[in-house]
Amino acid sequence: MEEVRLTQLVRSSGCNAKLPPGDLHNALDNLTQRRCESLIEGFESSDDALVYDLGDNRVLIETVDFFPPMVDDPEVFGEIAAANSISDIYAMGGEPEIAMSLMCFPSCLDISVMRCIMQGAIRKTEEAGVVIAGGHTLSDREPKFGLAVTGFACKNEVWTNKGAREGDAVILTKKLGVGIQMTAHKAGETGAEEAIMQMRTLNKKAKEAAGGLSIHAATDVTGFSLMGHSYEVASASDVTIEIEFSSLRYLDKTEEFARFGFVPEGRYTNEDYLSDKIALPDNLTLSQRDMLFTPETSGGLLLFMSPLDADEYLKRVDSAYAIGKVKEKGEKPVVVRM
Amino acid sequence: MRELDTSGFSCPEPVIMTKKALKDSPEGLVVIVDNRASKENVTRYATALGYKVDTEEGKGSWKLRILK
Repeated sequence: MEEVRLTQLVRSSGCNAKLPPGDLHNALDNLTQRRCESLIEGFESSDDALVYDLGDNRVLIETVDFFPPMVDDPEVFGEIAAANSISDIYAMGGEPEIAMSLMCFPSCLDISVMRCIMQGAIRKTEEAGVVIAGGHTLSDREPKFGLAVTGFACKNEVWTNKGAREGDAVILTKKLGVGIQMTAHKAGETGAEEAIMQMRTLNKKAKEAAGGLSIHAATDVTGFSLMGHSYEVASASDVTIEIEFSSLRYLDKTEEFARFGFVPEGRYTNEDYLSDKIALPDNLTLSQRDMLFTPETSGGLLLFMSPLDADEYLKRVDSAYAIGKVKEKGEKPVVVRM
Repeated sequence: MRELDTSGFSCPEPVIMTKKALKDSPEGLVVIVDNRASKENVTRYATALGYKVDTEEGKGSWKLRILK
């Protein structure tokens, strides 16, 4: 069989393929719908998934996510797409259980590639305890894949964007820089092994390690960048989030790749949307700005909890680290300090 | 000066094309880009290599003069 290079078939990849946030708001803000009383989190909120009240203190959590490939190996792409889709359930504090697949598949590819993508996805869903119950497949010029995932949680244990409190510690569970790394990878500058391994890693352990601790707010860091997702939490929680740039952990050589222009397009549209919402230090370099606004794919959980709980959480999760704290609402929703 | 037209290509392709072209023409190059990400990224690449970049904005495109 001819060697397949999935990334050569697509214009943009991973969470970088998301539409710019400003365009989305222009298109969708103020659309009205019938209200549904059982829907606790829905269209109006910027949360990672919908939350539907099932009664008896149980909620259903549902999300959908799909994107074009950022790696050439179809099985690895399937794994990454599944891990990324399931992550939204973990980011809401839920336990994922069932999923439906969404596949766009070009006629120029051998059909066995589709099977490989699904094999990778199933490997990852099995690890998460999720069963793929069916799906939908379209013929398309560019391949795309992802899952609609359904999970469950106790109603009083759901994590949302709201609820970050003054004094909370801000914890991130994966390194940053995936978007820049994968752009450099597409250009043949790096194997991006660490970035690929990180994208394949489920946020399952990061979620489960919070057992017994009080998580006040949570999200995961994906296409809208660390800045965009921090802004969503700050805005929903009516606080200011202060992030220490020096505490951020980036994948190896991310700053160098940014300096040489291996920066995904989404970085620019993210900053366009966010520039008036974020206070940056004057001495931040251009590359460091790139690093803050670049889309991440299958990124870590961004968790908000008391400093005491944060100490305990950091003992439980090796990959997690503190990146800042929550302050009383100030002039800007997000403030970055060197 | 040699001219490289990257119109129609999206990142990181224009950076890759510029990298190859500068290997052949290390004295400098004019690069046409048709989107902002390419303009920014090609400028970053050339600047990181120590070149100066003069930018001229046209209709829906930019002309980047990359000079020693």
